[in-house]
Amino acid sequence: MKLGSDILPSRLKSIITKLNGPNTLGNSRVFWAAFGVGLLLLVVQPLIRGSYAAGQFSLFLAYGLLGLSLSIIWGYTGILSFGQVAFFGIAGYTYAIVSLNLGGALGPTVALPVAIAVATISAFILGYFMFYGGVRNVYVAILTLVVTLVLETFMAQTAGAKWAIGSVKLGGFNGIPGIRNFTLGVGESSFSLSGSEFYWFVLAVLLFAYLGSRILVNSKYGYSLVAIREDEERTAMLGYNVKKVKLAVFTFSGALAGLSGIFYANWGNYMDPSVFTITFATIPIVWVTLGGRESLLGAIVGTVIIEWLRKWFSINASEFAIVFVGLILMITILFIPRGILPGIRDMYVFFNAHGLREGIEHGRDTIQSRAQTLLGSVGIDISDSETPGSSEVMRE
Amino acid sequence: MIPLFIADVLKALDSIGVPVSQLLQMADSIAFITLAAIGLTVIFGMMGVINLAHGEFIMMGAYITTLSINVVSLPLPVAMILGALGTAAFGAIVERTIIKRLYGRLLDSMIVTFGLGLILTQGTRIIFGNSLRSIGTPFGQVPGYTYSGYRVLLLLAAIGVLGSVYLAFTRTEFGVRARATIQDPETARAMGVDTDRMYTITFAIGSGLAGLTGALYAPSATIVPGMGQSFLVESFVTVVTGGSSVLLGTALAGGILGTINAVFSNLYGNFFGQIALLMTAIIIIRLLPGGLTGLANTVRDKLGEQQS
Repeated sequence: MKLGSDILPSRLKSIITKLNGPNTLGNSRVFWAAFGVGLLLLVVQPLIRGSYAAGQFSLFLAYGLLGLSLSIIWGYTGILSFGQVAFFGIAGYTYAIVSLNLGGALGPTVALPVAIAVATISAFILGYFMFYGGVRNVYVAILTLVVTLVLETFMAQTAGAKWAIGSVKLGGFNGIPGIRNFTLGVGESSFSLSGSEFYWFVLAVLLFAYLGSRILVNSKYGYSLVAIREDEERTAMLGYNVKKVKLAVFTFSGALAGLSGIFYANWGNYMDPSVFTITFATIPIVWVTLGGRESLLGAIVGTVIIEWLRKWFSINASEFAIVFVGLILMITILFIPRGILPGIRDMYVFFNAHGLREGIEHGRDTIQSRAQTLLGSVGIDISDSETPGSSEVMRE
Repeated sequence: MIPLFIADVLKALDSIGVPVSQLLQMADSIAFITLAAIGLTVIFGMMGVINLAHGEFIMMGAYITTLSINVVSLPLPVAMILGALGTAAFGAIVERTIIKRLYGRLLDSMIVTFGLGLILTQGTRIIFGNSLRSIGTPFGQVPGYTYSGYRVLLLLAAIGVLGSVYLAFTRTEFGVRARATIQDPETARAMGVDTDRMYTITFAIGSGLAGLTGALYAPSATIVPGMGQSFLVESFVTVVTGGSSVLLGTALAGGILGTINAVFSNLYGNFFGQIALLMTAIIIIRLLPGGLTGLANTVRDKLGEQQS
């Protein structure tokens, strides 16, 4: 007993030290305090806003996993993948097919690991194909986009009766309806999750995935990811097996995206080919860009903000929803390319170092000079020095 | 006049046992893929910017053409030129205000142009509604075949566009300056080339070509805000399989992909035609990371070695 209580805190401590590191934003006590408050608010949310609202919100959290997966592959490793939704959809479809075929409580319990495995294997195959084939940079982005669109074309034409796996029809554009709420366990001892319980479950999984990802990116392995993002050739020169690392992280992020897809299928109780469309394929990129692609928490926060707003738009001004998404994307890239969370961090650090007054004065100067270059770039001041490119053009 | 001339040629070919209708389909497919890609390849090949709003630029060309016929009832060729020029002007504005800041940030420029594409599609839908009244296809059918004479013209247009782009970038003063800017911007600036202007003009030309594609397909396509997306996949696939050399890559990739698409569409239907196209593209990218141009260069180098 005494021994146990001795070991436990030291283990906890070692885990906590692994959570912090140079590759994550927010390693300070202030950050963790704010994180704790935010988490607490999320935990008590169903009690305040009711089970239905919590059920709605759980979709945002499920999408958070998808955002997280893109942040790891794009923000940390520098591989822009439009294919995260492909693994998302593959896992969702697999989950639907397996769980409906088996039926009962056993169905979902078996379908969960099977679906994750199928998504992981798909990511491994695609990743192997690309990274060991020397496909790089934009070509990865385009190849993953093409694969996603192939899946859309394929799933959309599976309307006939001949497209069925077991007793489940794939259903073309209409998709597969009637997926049951999330259930775990066998027979009598099984329990089904809906509303608040589903919300808490997804929140727990997301928290676990987030903390796990923090440990990953702050480990030696995480350092090699960032090294690949910064300079692939140099990393290879230093003796890292770049292809292997890329493949591993692509596979891992495919698995995370798959998990997200399973929750999506559970949440809406259906699965259809719209998850493979080009619009849906870009939404994760919007989330991650807004929140801050080099920040794991930023990806999740961006996801929740965008999805919240998208929902608001779809209720109040549905035709402007897409315009709004496009605007957010452009404005973020042009004016806060690193995303809002890193922006907030920089601001906090800045005011902490300089004090409030000096900070505000400096901020005013910055805004003035920014505004000048902005006007210059539109053509009002033609003699500005902001010429495109030179050596930068060749860098990619 | 054109259809009659074409019909005579086709009859003559048919009489000596050439599978004319298959060839026509192939030509159609090659023309579509080449025209879909040309604007994108100019921008990507010359500037290294992936313009994800390419499909929307095509849509814009088609809209300007259709609207200027429906509303002002301009003659078709004038409306088409207007479509191309209008899109080129829009491209120049986009380059000046947005793309300019993102040189050297390839992935960022990709995302910004995607955002632009979303706004253009939805904006068009909000302003002009879900579809426009389409303008008729000129020239009627090729006599003796269930095949629109206009489509034959599209193949000629594709060849003409490729040829003009080639001439513009190799035989003119502008082309030399533009290529110098792309190859070594600093040296070009030192030699007195206004590199900023070169980027803007190149981007405008690429956009204009996209607009021209839209204008050319305006008579035969359904004019809807999302029409750009039907060009998008083909154009991207062609660019990546073609590789970095603008003209050679587009021509080779357009030829190969178009042929495969036509053959598979003929055998198993349109859906498998598209799947075969995408699969071919994936396999080509996998086997030749430099694209077809990379392969062509390797072959040329090898031949050169043997000769010397």
